[in-house]
Amino acid sequence: MSSTGENHSNEKHSPLEQFEISPYAHFETGIGDLAFTNSSLSMVITVLVITLFLTLTVNTRSLIPSRLQLMSEMSYNFIAQLINDTVGDQGKKYFPFIFSIFMFVLIGNMVGMVPYSFTFTSHIIVTFALASVVFIGVTILGFWKHGFRYFALLAPAGLPFYMLPILIPIELISYLSRPISLSVRLFANMLAGHTLLKVFAGFVLPLGFAGVLPLAFIVALTGLEILIAFLQAYVFAILTCLYINDAIHLH
Amino acid sequence: MELEAAKVIGAGLAVIGVIGSGIGIGNIFSSFIEAVGRNPAARSEVFTMTMLGFALVEAIALFALVIALVILFG
Repeated sequence: MSSTGENHSNEKHSPLEQFEISPYAHFETGIGDLAFTNSSLSMVITVLVITLFLTLTVNTRSLIPSRLQLMSEMSYNFIAQLINDTVGDQGKKYFPFIFSIFMFVLIGNMVGMVPYSFTFTSHIIVTFALASVVFIGVTILGFWKHGFRYFALLAPAGLPFYMLPILIPIELISYLSRPISLSVRLFANMLAGHTLLKVFAGFVLPLGFAGVLPLAFIVALTGLEILIAFLQAYVFAILTCLYINDAIHLH
Repeated sequence: MELEAAKVIGAGLAVIGVIGSGIGIGNIFSSFIEAVGRNPAARSEVFTMTMLGFALVEAIALFALVIALVILFG
């Protein structure tokens, strides 16, 4: 934004401009244009950061860990503890899946907090793809473990039979809305947070000297956003655990 | 009514839903304080659950906010 007083009324900066996708390279295929966009670039950066962080920090394997090694061991323990608390022993084999999802969402959110970078989790198609993988995987897991009896998930045990016509549709809708609520939660948090930052950033220059107030607010809000970035990754992981728990242990 | 005016009014109406989330977050933290007051030893365990509940309830407010943004800018 220009710093001269008369200029910034002419410039139109939408707070949603940061979410625009711009392709860097086009790959024409039979099914359409598979472009390499800034969203793809940010995902590649995220995967690289995760891979480098988790391999470089533990390759010394020292008994007295350095700070970085401690960080990667903590992230491992955190998810292992989470799975142990929610699913139990049977959940151990789903650890790589949940850990990958957690780290991808967490580092993706954190990469998005870097100024001028791109937040790919603020696009519903990305979060919806992640949530559908969880949803389809959990449904297949449930039918594979229990077969036809998996439908008992829709009818809580000990229910009087005349309640069934009311409760089964409700449970079915709530089951089918899982991927939507899971994806919209993450997407809406990221979209709203980053939009709010940009809206308040737009107040700083026009207010002149009083602009330090919105500036201070932005600093506080950035701290909150980093907390939210972590919390949303945590919520995504814990809900995945709960869904897997539902599929393994029918109630 | 002009389209722009209708959009602004609609966005304003859409964020009314945030009220419910405000009540919810207030409830969560009042229960948290009550729980810690009764059993201070359980603080760290209750705090993680509080944060989880906070994130889940806050997401509901953001659904309303996203609808407002879609009306306003979409």
